[in-house]
Amino acid sequence: MANPHPTVAERVERPAERPSTAEPAPPLTFEVKNLSIWYGEKRAISDVTLDVASNAVTAIIGPSGCGKSTFIRCLNRMHELVPKTRIEGSVLLQGQDLYSITVDPAIVRRRVGMVFQKSNPFPTMSIGENVVIGLRLNGVRDQKFLNERLEKSLRMAALWDEVKDDLHKPGTSLSGGQQQRLCIARALAVQPEVLLMDEPCSALDPIATAKIEELISDYTAFFYLGKLIEFGPTTKIFTNPSERQTEDYITGRFG
Amino acid sequence: MTMNSARANNDHHHWRKVKNALASTATFVSALLVIAPLGLVFFHLLVNGASSVNWDFFVHLPKPVGEAGGGMVNAIVGSLELLALASIIGIPVGVLGGVYLAEYGKARVNWMLRFVADVLNGVPSITWGVVVYGLVVLRFKGFSAYAGGLALGLIMIPLILRTTEEVILLVPNGYREAALALGVARWKTIVHIVMKTASKGIITGILLALARIGGETAPLLFTAFGNRFWNHSLSQPIAALPLQIFTYAISPYDDWHRQAWAGALVLVTGIFCVNVMVRILTRGRTASVV
Repeated sequence: MANPHPTVAERVERPAERPSTAEPAPPLTFEVKNLSIWYGEKRAISDVTLDVASNAVTAIIGPSGCGKSTFIRCLNRMHELVPKTRIEGSVLLQGQDLYSITVDPAIVRRRVGMVFQKSNPFPTMSIGENVVIGLRLNGVRDQKFLNERLEKSLRMAALWDEVKDDLHKPGTSLSGGQQQRLCIARALAVQPEVLLMDEPCSALDPIATAKIEELISDYTAFFYLGKLIEFGPTTKIFTNPSERQTEDYITGRFG
Repeated sequence: MTMNSARANNDHHHWRKVKNALASTATFVSALLVIAPLGLVFFHLLVNGASSVNWDFFVHLPKPVGEAGGGMVNAIVGSLELLALASIIGIPVGVLGGVYLAEYGKARVNWMLRFVADVLNGVPSITWGVVVYGLVVLRFKGFSAYAGGLALGLIMIPLILRTTEEVILLVPNGYREAALALGVARWKTIVHIVMKTASKGIITGILLALARIGGETAPLLFTAFGNRFWNHSLSQPIAALPLQIFTYAISPYDDWHRQAWAGALVLVTGIFCVNVMVRILTRGRTASVV
């Protein structure tokens, strides 16, 4: 990227760089190389190497405690908020090393958005304020632009029609599912290049979750005990996995 | 079931009812004993002071000794000035210190800071008067509003520090993470998300600290010193309501005694109002916050 630290405004001006899918090799969003993560003495992720394609949905599956959350939190440096974490290996976002000392974690998080398992709209803010707060606190003042982003983000999160007349109401007045979509709109408003979602299906039953993972995702990575066991096109992982552990997990014969 | 066991059951049931009645009565009496002192204080103040709380009391300066009438307007305004001076020191240091404790700081340093703050909260207030007397009054050779404000401000700091820390720790971590994940800088997250979410609790802590120092007399005895006239410069002695009450109460004049009662009534009513404000602020406690 020409300018390693574009401001939000600059990135907003610039039309989204969407490489053509007709290229022979699909462009990569993340290149994760030999990534290991420790919490104190405990090794949470061991030597994971994984390429994440652009313009595609990659799902990470695995039993609880296998390092899924830890792994995705490394992709926007959110894991640094936990004291005593240590990381080895590298993560490249469109070719740029996220862990280079010249990179500001705040900039990384602007480019790589995140939606959390538990919906968390800011309780002091209205629905509208919740959506544009990321832009506001990153210095965007133009009211017209904020209004445009507000509507567009809510539409993308499939929430606009339900809340367009209640934008001034508190974000916490919405139902649980609406609150989560509000959080998605809030994350989309700053126009991240990637959106990480931590357990987006946690409110669904396991069968529905598996169906959604299978239907929506293009690629699937299976994690077990902090290791990447298998990674490939979702159809292959779900119908014809190469690893025994993957097959056991998918068919529910696990553990 | 035999007759015997039926009777035993009945006795048991009876005894349980008696115990229940005893326990209910004991808690009710204890609750009354909690409310009684406040009721007694208010009643006593009303009986003795209400007749002297009149328009003159709020708009006139004290009359010279021997002359009846006059008021305490200088002491009321003086108290407000001292509270303002104390706030200038106590609020920023207390709030920022509380934010540091809750958001930054290493565990060991925090433990020490908390310990020191708790010890300071237990220090008798007259000690602050003596300290400020030594540090400020002696050095600048005079009692002053500044010295009084400083003494009160020093009392405020640990009070506000601890309440601010506690309410900030109550803000769920999810909000911090959500803001940071939007690429918002740490300090902006703390100011615009965390402190805003905890603002009611922080304001409550500040109001309670003000109510606490509003009635302090001892730290003012040899700092603000008191004044029977208007204070024209903050580097001069200044009147304060509790000081004036003290001076009038130990005087030999009946008229001054009546005015002391009136002053006490006004002071208690003011502090009562602040506490009611705190109640109103904390009433709308939403799921999230404080």
